[in-house]
Amino acid sequence: MSCDHQVDCGRRRLLVATSVAGGVAGVAAAIPFVSTFAPSERAKSAGAPVEVDVSKLAPGEMMTVEWRGKPVWIIHRTKEMLDGLAKLNDKMADPKSDRQMQPAYAKNEHRSIKPEYMVAIGICTHLGCSPSEKFKTGAESGIDADWQGGFLCPCHGSTFDLAGRVYKNKPAPDNLEVPPHFYLSDAKILIGEDKKGA
Amino acid sequence: MGAATEKYKSDGTTAGNLLEWVDARFPLMALWNDHLAKYYAPKNFNFWYFFGSLALLVLVIQIVTGIFLVMHYKPDASLNASGVPVAFASVEYIMRDVPWGWLIRYFHSTGASAFFIVVYLHMFRGMLYGSYRKPRELVWIFGVLIFLCLMAEAFMGYLLPWGQMSYWGAQVIVNLFTAIPLIGPDLGVWIRGDYVIGDATLNRFFSFHVIAVPLILVGLVAAHIMALHEVGSNNPDGVEIKKKKDANGIPLDGIPFHPYYTVKDIVGVVVFLMAFSVVVFFMPEGGGYFLEFNNFFPADPMVTPPHIAPVWYFTPFYSILRANTINFFWIDAKLWGVIFMGLGVVIFFFLPWLDRSPVKSIRYRGPLYKGALAIFIVSFFILGYLGMLPPTDGRTLVSQICTIIYFAFFLLMPIYTSLDKCKAEPERVTG
Repeated sequence: MSCDHQVDCGRRRLLVATSVAGGVAGVAAAIPFVSTFAPSERAKSAGAPVEVDVSKLAPGEMMTVEWRGKPVWIIHRTKEMLDGLAKLNDKMADPKSDRQMQPAYAKNEHRSIKPEYMVAIGICTHLGCSPSEKFKTGAESGIDADWQGGFLCPCHGSTFDLAGRVYKNKPAPDNLEVPPHFYLSDAKILIGEDKKGA
Repeated sequence: MGAATEKYKSDGTTAGNLLEWVDARFPLMALWNDHLAKYYAPKNFNFWYFFGSLALLVLVIQIVTGIFLVMHYKPDASLNASGVPVAFASVEYIMRDVPWGWLIRYFHSTGASAFFIVVYLHMFRGMLYGSYRKPRELVWIFGVLIFLCLMAEAFMGYLLPWGQMSYWGAQVIVNLFTAIPLIGPDLGVWIRGDYVIGDATLNRFFSFHVIAVPLILVGLVAAHIMALHEVGSNNPDGVEIKKKKDANGIPLDGIPFHPYYTVKDIVGVVVFLMAFSVVVFFMPEGGGYFLEFNNFFPADPMVTPPHIAPVWYFTPFYSILRANTINFFWIDAKLWGVIFMGLGVVIFFFLPWLDRSPVKSIRYRGPLYKGALAIFIVSFFILGYLGMLPPTDGRTLVSQICTIIYFAFFLLMPIYTSLDKCKAEPERVTG
């Protein structure tokens, strides 16, 4: 800004300084308004772990429980289902679960603590729909003749195998998330917490 | 705009005295003349020019019916004594127990779809006759901003009935923001106010839907009309009527908006209300396109319905989102989908500068632009249709082709509009 003889430079400087100070105060006043958008203390505290009894879950079946408002699946996989996983490695985007979508204790070929019980958050890693169960194999599934059983997201067509691994070239970028969990006893799982001391 | 209006002088009657008193204190006659009685619009407006005033009518319908719906609606995701979410139950209450509540609600839900029909036709008119070209760039930009606000308004309003489609539609759209690298996941939580779509999300969307966005929308509509009346309306010939004026400075091809176009627009309003009433009274669900059948089930965070699709007016953009299934460079397909969907809307802002044609109107354009516009409209419809269907490999391929056409229409426009063999524009409008 030029400061010529027609302008009282002292007053002009005071005006500029006042405007800057006022602007800063205005921006600062926006902070509380923006902050109200963050989760409230009540929302943050509502995330208690959930205990699940899997003793009545028949092989080849799955159940859904709610944890932090999200569906968590427990799938009781049969031996055939587990054997099928290795055959699919070539079709998977992340067959070895290298990306951090599971706790370290579930980073293995079956993505679970016990091979037969798969625990995963049933929320597609694309845009958050809950994929539907497609356990029927082959052409009967309506997906394709080589289908080995798994999940199909109804929203954008991503497919997952029975270990929650995502197929290549689908909208979803990652495998389904495995939540922290551990076995309280043989047939009781606590979802939402890692084993103490582990 | 016409010459400065002189202050009103009373003719001695009581009404005249009152008008003089008001006009001395408020620019009543100036506003009346600048925007209606002495706003000279081209005399050759055709069918396509109904949709601007109809959009204004639908805005009024939405605001009035919305005010009455808020008196009975409750934005509350908690379950009532019967285990139904309170918000969902309050919409059912409006439909069944509030006297005439069903009518007000169907006006509002049908109004949402009518708004998009009218606005899409209004935008298409702009593309037919080059209404976005200089000097009307700002009219167009305000218009695209109105379109963006309308999309936000429709999306947030759709969450309020708290049905299955409300819930999972919001889940998908909010998760679009989580695709942004680094800040995405936190941004998603910040928008929802919770780790999942919940009561916090419902309440803030309600606040935006009934207060914030309508205020912005009304402001933008005022800016759109003020900018239009500053530069004057385009017309089906795309020639400037202000170039040929009579001795009084009035455009030779201009007629005062009032009474000529107010009367013409009333005919449009009557025909529109007839069609609107047919939908409201005989097919309020619009065959599942205006109100989706899955939305008659209360929201269930555990189960996504077997097939979810957005309401019809979002499906072209939704198809573009789904068409991206390939990871380019180091960016996931998911983020590309979001980027392209956003660009699909934002690219309309650049239309005034992408078009290099020497003429404005389709009447004088050459075959290249006519062909490009026709192919663009066809692919827009195909994208819209595919967006309603579950994806298959074949459909994904078609939507990928249509997505490329969609963007090619805009990005190649500087080339084909400058190569095009246009006809000479007439000196004056052709009637």
